[in-house]
Amino acid sequence: MKCPECDADLNIPEDAAVGEIVSCSDCGADYEISKKDGSTVEIKEAETVGEDWGE
Amino acid sequence: MKVGIVGASGYVGGEVVRLLLSHPEAEVSMVTSTKHVGEYLHRIHPSLKGFTELTFSELDYDKMSDNCDLVFTAVPHGTATEIVKAFYDRGMKIIDLSADYRLHNADDYTKWYGWEHPHPDYLSKSIFGVPELHRDKIKNAQLVSCPGCMAVTSTLALYPLIKNDLIDTDHIVVDSKIGSSGAGAGGTSGTQHAMRAGVIRPYKPAKHRHTGEIEQELSEIAGKKIKVSMSPHAVDVVRGILCTNHTFLKKEVDEKELWKIYRAEFGEEPFIRLIRDKNGLYKFPDPKFVVGSNFCDIGFDLDEDNNRLIALSASDNLMRGAAGSAVQNMNIMSGFDEKQGIMYSPLTPV
Repeated sequence: MKCPECDADLNIPEDAAVGEIVSCSDCGADYEISKKDGSTVEIKEAETVGEDWGE
Repeated sequence: MKVGIVGASGYVGGEVVRLLLSHPEAEVSMVTSTKHVGEYLHRIHPSLKGFTELTFSELDYDKMSDNCDLVFTAVPHGTATEIVKAFYDRGMKIIDLSADYRLHNADDYTKWYGWEHPHPDYLSKSIFGVPELHRDKIKNAQLVSCPGCMAVTSTLALYPLIKNDLIDTDHIVVDSKIGSSGAGAGGTSGTQHAMRAGVIRPYKPAKHRHTGEIEQELSEIAGKKIKVSMSPHAVDVVRGILCTNHTFLKKEVDEKELWKIYRAEFGEEPFIRLIRDKNGLYKFPDPKFVVGSNFCDIGFDLDEDNNRLIALSASDNLMRGAAGSAVQNMNIMSGFDEKQGIMYSPLTPV
């Protein structure tokens, strides 16, 4: 599966479960596994908290 | 392979020696200095204590030609013109770290350096030492001129954008920050600790000399004359460069397309890392995470409201910006593994 953000190969472990967060090693985008049926996996963008630089 | 370093007492020369002393294919046989003849190398570069018993000698062209297969010249701008020519005429392979053979057009020396080049015929013999741009030419070169530290850092980030005709070539602004070692070991009142510590000094907001190199290389890629606006700043770090390259898009592009463009250009390059991470400490290139390495880290961000694409690049000015590039070029010229002696992970924290 490709990362929807940067198109890098997204590494999803075989034993990953629904609700688990996977992260793209290139761009760091986080995805939540929303559905898993055998080898078919669906992901959705995970909610992240933006960094506050305090400025 | 036996190598000599002319001007080994400066920061750049010292860094070349540091790398070569651990290089599996190189043997440092001679180091020269005008000020420290007879002195042990480690007295000037204390970090090299225990690695060599070499002493500085005077520059003797015949002796160096007899004892070395390749020579690095790391002398101040303007003084390498004669030295490089003398070695070239003796058939030596040379890697020059000064600016004296970087520019192809002799008129550019008058424009950017304020002096006339004494050997304009030799400028065409020199290959601009950026492997990502000129690897094939470097392989067979007798003379390679290493680029300016800010020039190479900026050019690498901009080059894929020009090559893919993505940006307005009339409006490119390079904002650079550079550490104190970029000023060299000579020193002026402005480089003393009291004046340098804590500084964020715009030291040449217009007409910096490295502009000429960036324009030369980008123009070559574009096939037309490109003008660049550059403003460097001295900041309070010892090593490191950050170039924030502001460009304006000619056509719409999204982040995924930019990843594709940069990956296509640099995906196989050993010393380029693409940095644009939504997580962790290191979201965009930052010189703090390249210190001691030969990497040039490149990233980008989009400002759609202003049609602006910001290409960011970071390097260690003494490594990728000087000695690391030089040794990488030596490896290529000599048929060695390109990564030998320079594939270090960066030193952190520093």
